[in-house]
Amino acid sequence: MSATGLKSPADVRDELVTLKHGAGGRAMRRLIVETLAEGFAADQPEGIGLAAMDDGAALRVGDRWLVVTTDSHVVHPIFFPGGDIGRLAVAGTVNDLAMMGAVEPLGLTCAVIVEEGFRRAELERIHRSMHETCREAGATIVTGDTKVMGRGELDGIVINTTGVAFADAVIPDAGLRPGDRLLVTGTIGDHGLALMARRHALQLEGDLRSDVAPINRLVAAALAAAPGAVTAMKDPTRGGLSSALHEMAEKSRVGVVLHEPALPVRSVIRSVAEMLGLDPLHIANEGKAVLGVRPDAADAVLAALRAHPLGREAAIVGECITEHVGRVILDTGLGRRLVGEVEGEPLPRIC
Amino acid sequence: MCLGVPGRVVEVRGQTAVVDFFGVRRETRLDVVDEPVGPGDYILNHVGFAIRKIPEHEIAETLALYELLLREAEHDIMAADVRGEIGATPAVEGPPDV
Amino acid sequence: MSEALLAQGPAELRFRDPAKAHALAAALDTVTREVDHAPVSVMHVCGSHEQSIAKFGLRTILPKGLNVIMGPGCPVCVTDLPEVDEAVVLAQDGRIVASYGDMLKVPGTAKSLADVQAEGGRIAVVYSAAQAVELARDTTDDVVFFASGFETTAVATAAVALGDLPPNFSILSAHKYIPPVMEIVAEMPDSRVEGFLAAGHAAAITGWRIFERFVEKHRVPVVVAGFEPLDILAGLVRLVELVRDRTPRVENMFPRCVTPEGNRNAQRQLWRVFRTQGGRWRGIAHVPNGNLRLRDEFAHVDARRRYEIDVRRLWNHAPSALTQVCICGEIMAGLSAPEHCPLFGKECVPETPVGACMVSSEGTCRIWHQYGGHPDL
Repeated sequence: MSATGLKSPADVRDELVTLKHGAGGRAMRRLIVETLAEGFAADQPEGIGLAAMDDGAALRVGDRWLVVTTDSHVVHPIFFPGGDIGRLAVAGTVNDLAMMGAVEPLGLTCAVIVEEGFRRAELERIHRSMHETCREAGATIVTGDTKVMGRGELDGIVINTTGVAFADAVIPDAGLRPGDRLLVTGTIGDHGLALMARRHALQLEGDLRSDVAPINRLVAAALAAAPGAVTAMKDPTRGGLSSALHEMAEKSRVGVVLHEPALPVRSVIRSVAEMLGLDPLHIANEGKAVLGVRPDAADAVLAALRAHPLGREAAIVGECITEHVGRVILDTGLGRRLVGEVEGEPLPRIC
Repeated sequence: MCLGVPGRVVEVRGQTAVVDFFGVRRETRLDVVDEPVGPGDYILNHVGFAIRKIPEHEIAETLALYELLLREAEHDIMAADVRGEIGATPAVEGPPDV
Repeated sequence: MSEALLAQGPAELRFRDPAKAHALAAALDTVTREVDHAPVSVMHVCGSHEQSIAKFGLRTILPKGLNVIMGPGCPVCVTDLPEVDEAVVLAQDGRIVASYGDMLKVPGTAKSLADVQAEGGRIAVVYSAAQAVELARDTTDDVVFFASGFETTAVATAAVALGDLPPNFSILSAHKYIPPVMEIVAEMPDSRVEGFLAAGHAAAITGWRIFERFVEKHRVPVVVAGFEPLDILAGLVRLVELVRDRTPRVENMFPRCVTPEGNRNAQRQLWRVFRTQGGRWRGIAHVPNGNLRLRDEFAHVDARRRYEIDVRRLWNHAPSALTQVCICGEIMAGLSAPEHCPLFGKECVPETPVGACMVSSEGTCRIWHQYGGHPDL
C-alpha cells in the first residue's frame, strides 16, 4: 500500500494491451510475469528458464547446455540505412545466443508472415540480406514456415527467428560482482537514431546508419581471451545501454558507475541526440554487447575486442559497486547523476 | 523552453538556411533572426527557426569573462567598476591551464 | 570528452570543459560562504536550465549552502487543464491536432492527447510550427496547431502566422509569457528567493533590459545565463556575488546571444500576432498577462474562434483523489521540492504521472526522478 493509502494507477491492472507493453520496460515485464509466463514456472527443465527472463533459455543436455532463443521482428521501416528486417532477424537471434555464451549457432528457424500485396522483389531483397548475415555469423536457416495474411490484416511483414546452439558454460545477465569492469563493444545509439530519423521524417541530413550485425564471433574472441573472466553479458537493444545495465544491476544486486567521457559515441549521434533532447544511453543498438569482466582481465578482453573488425571502438566504460543496488550512476566529468530508466520509445523533444 | 542548439550555416536559400549542427544538417527558417545571415555564420536554432546570429568573437569574449570570474573569486572581492581595468591588465597568477 | 576534441571541436564544447567547471564550482563555493547568511536561495525560471543542471550532474558540485530552486519555467507543466481539454476536444471532434512531443502525455481533466491518440484520434507530433503548416498543405482535413511554449517558442508561431497559410490550418495558442510570473514569485509572502537566473534564449529575443524595472521594484539581482555548464556556473557565481554585495541589478552573462534590446525583428513579429491575457497557469492560479493569445487581426486562424470547443463534456469526471494530494503548484513556485511530495516516486512516476511536473521532460519532478534530484552520489 502506498504512503497515502491511495491506490496508484500503476497498481491497477491494464485491461487493454497498449504499445507500452511492447517497449521492453517495466510494463512489458509485468505483462509477461502476470499473464504470459504465469503457470509455467513449475514445469521448467533444469537450467535457465522463464523465471530468469534472460536473453534465452539454457537447457541441460548431458554435460553441456543447449541454448535456445526466439525473437519476432516487426521493425518499421523494413529497409533502413545500414540494414533491413532480414539482417535484424538473423543478427538479433545470433546475438541473443551469443549473449548467453553460445557463440556457434547450430541452426536458425525462420517463420515469415507476409501481408497480401507485399512485393516479391522486396522479399528477395530481405532473403539476400538474411543469407549474407548468416554467412557472416557462420549460421544457417534449417527450417521455417510461411504464411500470408489478407491485405490490411498485418502491417507488411513479420519475421520470427529461433536459434539453437550449444555452450559449455552459460553466461547469465545476472552475474555481475562489485569491482567488475563494464565494457561495451563499440559505439552506442546508432540503430535507434537511424530508425527514428526515418520514422519521424526528421528531415536531417547526416550519416545515420544502423549498427545491426551478428557479433557472435566478436564475443567468442572476448571469451577466449580470458576464460571465466566474463561474468555477465547482455545486448543493449530496446531501451539502450541504460536498460541493459539497469536489468543487469538489478538482477546481480550491484550498483553501476558509468564514466560519460569514456562512452564511445559517434559525434553525429551525439549531435542528433542532443538536438532531439535524447540520451544515447536510452537508444537501441543491434550490433553491440555490454560485458561485465573481472578487473584483472579487463585489459585483455578489451584488446581482444579491439583486434576484431566489429570491436574497434570497444571501451571500458564503468564498474560495479556494492552501494546503490540496481541503480546506474553517471559520472559526467563535471558531476554525477542517475541514469533514469525510460519507459516506452523516447519521443524527440522540441528543439 | 528548450535548449536552443547552435549551428553553422552552410547554405542560404531565400528564407531558409541549411545549417550544420556538429555533423548533421538541417533546415532552419530565417524569418525571425534580426541580422543578415550567410554561409559560415553561427546561428542559434529554436524549434526550427534561427533566433540569433552568434558572432564568433563573442565566444572568445565569453570564455575570457569566465576566466575573469575565476581570478576574481580567487583574489577576493573586486568591485564591478574596477573589472574593466582588470580585463585590460595582464593576467595575474591563476589556476594552471589544464 | 578528450582535450583534442575540445580543442578542435565546435566552440560550444569549450563551455563544457571539466577543469573550468570545477574551478567555477570552487569559486561559487567561496563566494557563497562570503554571503552574510545561509543558506542562499536563488531561482531559475527555465526548464532548460534545470535540464542542463541535471544532465551534467551539476547538483553534485554546487555548494551545500546554495539552494538553486527551479521556478515555474516548464511551459508544459504550467499549461492548464482547460487548455489541454480544448486540444483534446478538437481531436475528438475529428481534427488533426499537431503538437510538440512534450505535450502529448500531459493530463487534461479527463485525458491527455496520447489517450485520445490511443482511442483513434489523429495527433501529429511536430518539431516546428512550420512543419504543422506543411502538414496542413498535404491534407484536406482540418489541422490545428496546439501551440505551447514560452515567448521564445511563440516567436516561431508568430512567424508562421504572418506567412501564407492554407485555409484548413488554425492555431490553438497555449503560449505563456514568463516575465509576469517572475513578479508573482517575487511577491509571494513565503518567497525566500534572493536572486534570479534568467533564461538566455528568451532574453535573446526580449533583450536583457526588460528586467530592469523588475529589479528596481523588487530589489533583487537578475543574471541572464546561457545553458552550457560553464554558462550556468559562471552565471551563478555572478548572481551570488550580487546577492553578497546586496546589489540589485541586471547583468548579462550570455553576451554571445543576448543584447540589451534583443531581437527587435522577432519582437515585432511576436507582438503583431499576439497580445497578453491574464489566465491560470497550472498550479499558480492567476497570472496577469501570463498568457499569449492571438490578436483580433488573426481571428481567422484562431482555433478558438473558428470552432465551437465545448470542454464541459470532459468535466463529468471527478478529479482523481491523487490530484488533491499533488503539490505541483508549490513545486513550480519554488516553495517545495519533489522530495516533499508524498506521491513522488511512488504513485507519481513518469509512466503514471499525477501532476504535470512529472510529465514534461522539463518538469522538476520528472527531472529529479530521472536524474536523482539531490542525489547522494
